[in-house]
Amino acid sequence: MKKFWKNAIQLKIGLITTAVFLVIGFVIYYIPHVNPFTYNTYPEQLSPSFVHWLGTTSMGQDVMWLLIEAIHNSLMIGLIVATIGTVVGVFVGLLAGFSGGIADRVLTLLTDTFVVIPSLPILILMTSLMKGSSTVFLMALVLAMFAWAWPSRQIRSMALTMKERDFIHTAWFSGEGTVQVVVTEILPYALTWSLSNFMNATLSAIGSESSLAVLGLSPANLISLGNMIQWARERNAIFAGQWFWIGSPIVATVVLFVGLFLLITGYNDFLSMKRGK
Amino acid sequence: MLTIDHLSASYKTMDKDVLTLNDLNLKIHDNEIFGIAGESGCGKTTLLKTIYDITEYPLQIDSGKVMLTGEKNGKEFHYETGNIRKTWWENITYVPQAAQSVLNPIVRIKRQFLDSIPKEQRGNETEEEVLNRVKKYLEELQLSPDILEAYPFQLSGGMRQRVIIALATFMSPGVVLADEPTTALDVVVQKGILMLLMRLQRQFQNTIVLVSHDMGVHYQVTDRMGIMYSGSFAEIGRTGDIFRDPIHPYTKMLVDSLPRVGDKSQKAGIPGRPPALKNPPPGCRFAPRCPKATDLCRQEVPELVEVEKGRYAACHHNEREVE
Amino acid sequence: MSEKLLELKNVSKVFRIGGMLSRKKLVAVDDVSLDIDAEEPVILSLVGESGCGKTTLCKMILRMYQADRGEIRLDGKSYSDKKEYDPRQFRLDVQPIFQNPYETFSMRKSVDSYLFNTAIRLGICKDRQKAEALIDETLHSVGMSLSVIRGKYPAQFSGGELQRISIARALITRPKLIIADEPVAAIDASMKMNIVNLFKELKDQYHVSFIYVTHDLSTAYYVSDFIATIYRGCLIEYGEASQIMDHPAHPYTRLLLDAVPRIGDKWEEELTLPGEEEKEYSLMGCRFSPRCPYVTEECRKKRPDMKKGCGRQVLCWHPLASFDHSSSE
Repeated sequence: MKKFWKNAIQLKIGLITTAVFLVIGFVIYYIPHVNPFTYNTYPEQLSPSFVHWLGTTSMGQDVMWLLIEAIHNSLMIGLIVATIGTVVGVFVGLLAGFSGGIADRVLTLLTDTFVVIPSLPILILMTSLMKGSSTVFLMALVLAMFAWAWPSRQIRSMALTMKERDFIHTAWFSGEGTVQVVVTEILPYALTWSLSNFMNATLSAIGSESSLAVLGLSPANLISLGNMIQWARERNAIFAGQWFWIGSPIVATVVLFVGLFLLITGYNDFLSMKRGK
Repeated sequence: MLTIDHLSASYKTMDKDVLTLNDLNLKIHDNEIFGIAGESGCGKTTLLKTIYDITEYPLQIDSGKVMLTGEKNGKEFHYETGNIRKTWWENITYVPQAAQSVLNPIVRIKRQFLDSIPKEQRGNETEEEVLNRVKKYLEELQLSPDILEAYPFQLSGGMRQRVIIALATFMSPGVVLADEPTTALDVVVQKGILMLLMRLQRQFQNTIVLVSHDMGVHYQVTDRMGIMYSGSFAEIGRTGDIFRDPIHPYTKMLVDSLPRVGDKSQKAGIPGRPPALKNPPPGCRFAPRCPKATDLCRQEVPELVEVEKGRYAACHHNEREVE
Repeated sequence: MSEKLLELKNVSKVFRIGGMLSRKKLVAVDDVSLDIDAEEPVILSLVGESGCGKTTLCKMILRMYQADRGEIRLDGKSYSDKKEYDPRQFRLDVQPIFQNPYETFSMRKSVDSYLFNTAIRLGICKDRQKAEALIDETLHSVGMSLSVIRGKYPAQFSGGELQRISIARALITRPKLIIADEPVAAIDASMKMNIVNLFKELKDQYHVSFIYVTHDLSTAYYVSDFIATIYRGCLIEYGEASQIMDHPAHPYTRLLLDAVPRIGDKWEEELTLPGEEEKEYSLMGCRFSPRCPYVTEECRKKRPDMKKGCGRQVLCWHPLASFDHSSSE
């Protein structure tokens, strides 16, 4: 175990990076500050200085606090979507796999519909319905529409295989009822997978939101990493040489993604090691 | 002749090296069926892999070597660990465990035969001529030549095993390594396959090294055998002698524990369990389970010594009661 | 109380194979009739090659599958009688032991949790204290104890130890019948006999009958009172263990006996090797006819009737041993 920890560079980097972002998004964010979105709070296009660590935008916003709020919102979206997706997915998947029969068929039909329908057009539709303004929570709900379907399929397959295994029979012959069997025997397996899926879903949700933002479809009042990049682009930050304004969200996004990714692969390595590979 | 010379090998794991083969010494002669018996984890599959030179990380040879010597077509040859690969199929072949999955599922059997024969051996023969030879050979094995046209999945498990044995012996190699060739096959099919192996051995006068955990199989099939326990040989000798008059306490208890049809007397297993290879006990590895263990046994590892002509045992208390 | 502990009458199970629209059927269990007396506990071995249907038969007895035809009665109560079915009582009466001890328990749960569940949830013990006493006593009878296994996970035990714990779990309810499916197949040779011996002891100590499913004739002979041979879903021979082994009546039993690599008699070169197992889904006549060295036209055309006599049964037109007369020793 110790040997693993020494060599688990990926996991360590992933953990540290993610931790840093979490601190930024959920600790530093709560330090009282002025709403970074408000225009003309500060002089425009200032270079980085002690007062404004990353300078200001061409709308007079402080880049650093904008970034912090963006990180907070993006993380929030990611986490909410992942939570809803995982919880709903596991619930539906277990229910379908374990009950079998008509319930299974109906649920599977529902799940498959959401898996097959291409999410991008629907998301574009939903975001345009929002008419340019929305809250973090609402945005997360929209993205969550598709986040539960694939996990549900996976968990269902898992439940189907598990149903036939000897230890489920042993559990029944030991007096365990269906609910107890699902919770004590099957859920532990589902949870390990769920954690991995959760992290993936977070990543994917942040990515979706950022992609929508860069397409100009994310609500205009929502400060997120994607939107920050979009606004900077719209205002020709590159031409104006405002590298910190457009650069910082891009760097932050990339680092966040890489960090999360390393965390996921590092966690998978950890699981493999536990299993003795 | 196959010589194993002070061979030690271990698996590199995250925590510690697991010593799987512990300074093994063995000579396997020409024209014999040699059995390697032992329970799960004793190292017999690892030994076979090491002989065949297919060790890959995390398995590593720490010291010692395997030597393959002999004569074919008038020429003498000598290969050692490291270049045994060069003589695969020609002088030594390997039938691995779960061999049914060794055949390429999407390639017809005849193609697999053709592919396995190295071009050098074919000389000027066309594919037709090679296949004719193969067909004749299959008939000798009581296999219908039609199977050449089939795909592996169209054959039953027993058939596939026979095909693999045909593949492995077609070039009349001097040594055939068979790792549990009949596990997962039914008892009746198993007998057929084992009889086939024995027939081939008598015909080609080659050497077969047969690994099996089933002592009954060893009794029926092998001429000499070696009993492995936790990475070392506990006993080596003629099969008949080992069953009739075992020397090492492990062998004795093992043989005594086997139920025999027609014999309803009480049988007892061996108490305890084989040691974990990661933390072996000091001294003789069988000492914790041995009824004859003394302090010497628990401190010093016994050497494999020749107790009688041709019989070896690794036990501190080797004195034979009757000479 | 019924005279018979277990009765199987013309039990069949048919699986549909192939795709969703396929009509192909696989008859896994074909018209099997067997019974076990209630008076004295017995060990009945079900012997046959893999795929012959013995496991399917067990699953039907354990109510994991439903019989498509025929009837199964436990203690006189039929399985098809839904009103009579009391799941709790059933689990008190019948318990399974599986082949792979590492699959029998979830790797993530401690083994004692299963034992406690069995003791408490099936209503045998009212509280944890009583359960501990019962569990400890039962573990002792398999050579283990509660203090040794407390809190441990399956991976911390050897195969042999874990199988004993599995046996103990089945014994907690003091069942009338234990179904053991290849219980020693996955156990090392040096520990096999310890477990097989256990069955004999437990039968006497707890007055429990065993159905011992195996393809290993040597242990079957060693431990059982009765042996039933199954071939392709059909019961082809049944009788006392010693009689079957010494004087097998069905050619297939004889074939099985000859094929077991035994210590003692060396194999002789056989005259003919009956053909390979073929995939057949329906066959008129005796199922064994493609491979039988004594096959006649009658065998190929008509399914044999069960010949009975002297406590033995055989499904063959030309049984090898005669037992229409009283058995002579």
